[in-house]
Amino acid sequence: MPFGSAWLRFRRHRAAIAGAVALVLVTGGALFAPLLTPYGPTVLDPDHALEGPSVGHPLGTDDLGRDELARVLYGGRISLLVGVTAMLLGSIIGVTLGSLAGYLGGWVDTAVMRLVDLVLSFPAIFLLLILLNWTGGRGPVPMMVGYLGLFGWTGLARIVRAEYLSLRERQFVEAARAGGAGVPRVVFRHILPNTMAPILVQAAFAVAGAMLAEAALDFLGFGLPPEIPTWGNLMTQAESYLTSNPVLVIAPGAVVTITVVAVFFIGDALRDALDVRAH
Amino acid sequence: MAAYVVRRAVQAVVLLALVSCVSYAIMDLAPGGPLAVYLHNPQVTPDRIAVLRHQLGLDRPWGERYLAWVAALLHGQWGDSYYTGRPVLSMIRERLPATLMLMLSAFCLSIALAFPLGIFAATHRYSWGDVLLSFGSFFAWAMPTFWFGLMLQLLFAVHWRLLPVAGMHDIGNASVPDLLRHLVLPAIVLGLGSIASWSRYLRSSVLEVLSQDYVRTARAKGLPRRRVLDRHVLRNSLIPIVTLMGLDLHVLFSGAVITESIFGWPGMGRLFLEALNNRDYPLQMAGLVISATLLIAGNLLADLAYVALDPRIRYT
Repeated sequence: MPFGSAWLRFRRHRAAIAGAVALVLVTGGALFAPLLTPYGPTVLDPDHALEGPSVGHPLGTDDLGRDELARVLYGGRISLLVGVTAMLLGSIIGVTLGSLAGYLGGWVDTAVMRLVDLVLSFPAIFLLLILLNWTGGRGPVPMMVGYLGLFGWTGLARIVRAEYLSLRERQFVEAARAGGAGVPRVVFRHILPNTMAPILVQAAFAVAGAMLAEAALDFLGFGLPPEIPTWGNLMTQAESYLTSNPVLVIAPGAVVTITVVAVFFIGDALRDALDVRAH
Repeated sequence: MAAYVVRRAVQAVVLLALVSCVSYAIMDLAPGGPLAVYLHNPQVTPDRIAVLRHQLGLDRPWGERYLAWVAALLHGQWGDSYYTGRPVLSMIRERLPATLMLMLSAFCLSIALAFPLGIFAATHRYSWGDVLLSFGSFFAWAMPTFWFGLMLQLLFAVHWRLLPVAGMHDIGNASVPDLLRHLVLPAIVLGLGSIASWSRYLRSSVLEVLSQDYVRTARAKGLPRRRVLDRHVLRNSLIPIVTLMGLDLHVLFSGAVITESIFGWPGMGRLFLEALNNRDYPLQMAGLVISATLLIAGNLLADLAYVALDPRIRYT
């Protein structure tokens, strides 16, 4: 895998480096939240509700007196977790289906591609909202991850399939088969490492997409339950106080935007850095 | 060429049929099924539910029910809303014009902004404007749309009092200028994603065309820059953009759900959200079918437009 020179190429994208730094900061903030703030994200303090930013509460407090900075930091945990796990689930499904379709060809290929077409013919938001609505409204984290993963695998499947279609004619595949390797071994042990580049790039964008989708679902009232502090929920709960305490809406949204932009820059740079054809 | 059109059209119809099939299956799987609204009523005994089920034909085989549903759908019988009892189709007819207006404005706005931006970025490659456009596009995609909408509301409606906060009209004012004032913010929010993606796509498309030999020929002939741009470059770079616009059609419809929610726009998106909150299954399914149709139709139009516009493509 061309990782050595890829890192050199990656380093040239200053925006991606800035993005990586921002991402490390956000992730660090989420991970080390207990060290950074004395408040818990769900500790109620109604006497100090809706206060503006102050020394004690750098981002103010929300309508139930909870410290906003703490909620943003801890909220990052859930939002990032949902984004990454949804991406992992979508990637597993997408890579498996795409690789099998590309490698085996024939009816497997046709079946998978028809499935992709069918899934893509459903406007995700509508279908997702309906399914969420019917399975109880606001589901727990695993359910949200499951839904997001189930709707996000199609792009990766197509890309992986294209890669496998071209790679399966290569000599190393023939050699592996001649050596007695069965289908799963050839697919996963031999060809897959050579397709990591587009998979990684797609993974970056998938994380971003999952985070944005989760936030949008929170806003529409069908995301994670309001007790769980996610960035989407923070913004939704603060919507009524937009005019009086705009910080409550601005802060989580800004953090989401910065995180997603960072992921975009990294994904873009990854695409350039890992582009085998460019060198 | 004609064969390709027919083939694609048939594919689209088949896909639509499959989508309706899956939609009906989902509706069947809804908790409690179509009679869910009765299950919550303690006065309705299981016996009465069984009778009702038979009366409504719900104990017939699935295939039979599905075909009956499709037939009804095609005849304009979209069922009655569980919540209001009114026919779904008339409820949709009330709200659809507002959403179409919003989608159209967002569409026009996107074209008006994306085209100049994309062309400028391509002709002034690596300039400050180009870099700004790239960064701006990333930010546009990264922002949660509802957050962007709220920020616009905060800035333009609350702080500067330039534009109205929400709604379609000021009370008692049904004039066109007032409508336009109310359209501005929602259209921007709805069109933001399209502006970003179309301008970037146009940029790469124009760049590709600019490197073609025939452009070099045109310049070598001494044609004025303007003419080269309009006549030779633009027409050829617009081809992939037209397909992108077709694919984005349903995105505008889906995005309307959030945009209408923020700006209190009385359209189909809000109707769909109300249907979700009221567990109004027929209305939900109608929304799903409409958006799926838009998606499939948009894809079909995009494919056909691509073939029609590019004389180099001849699919046999």
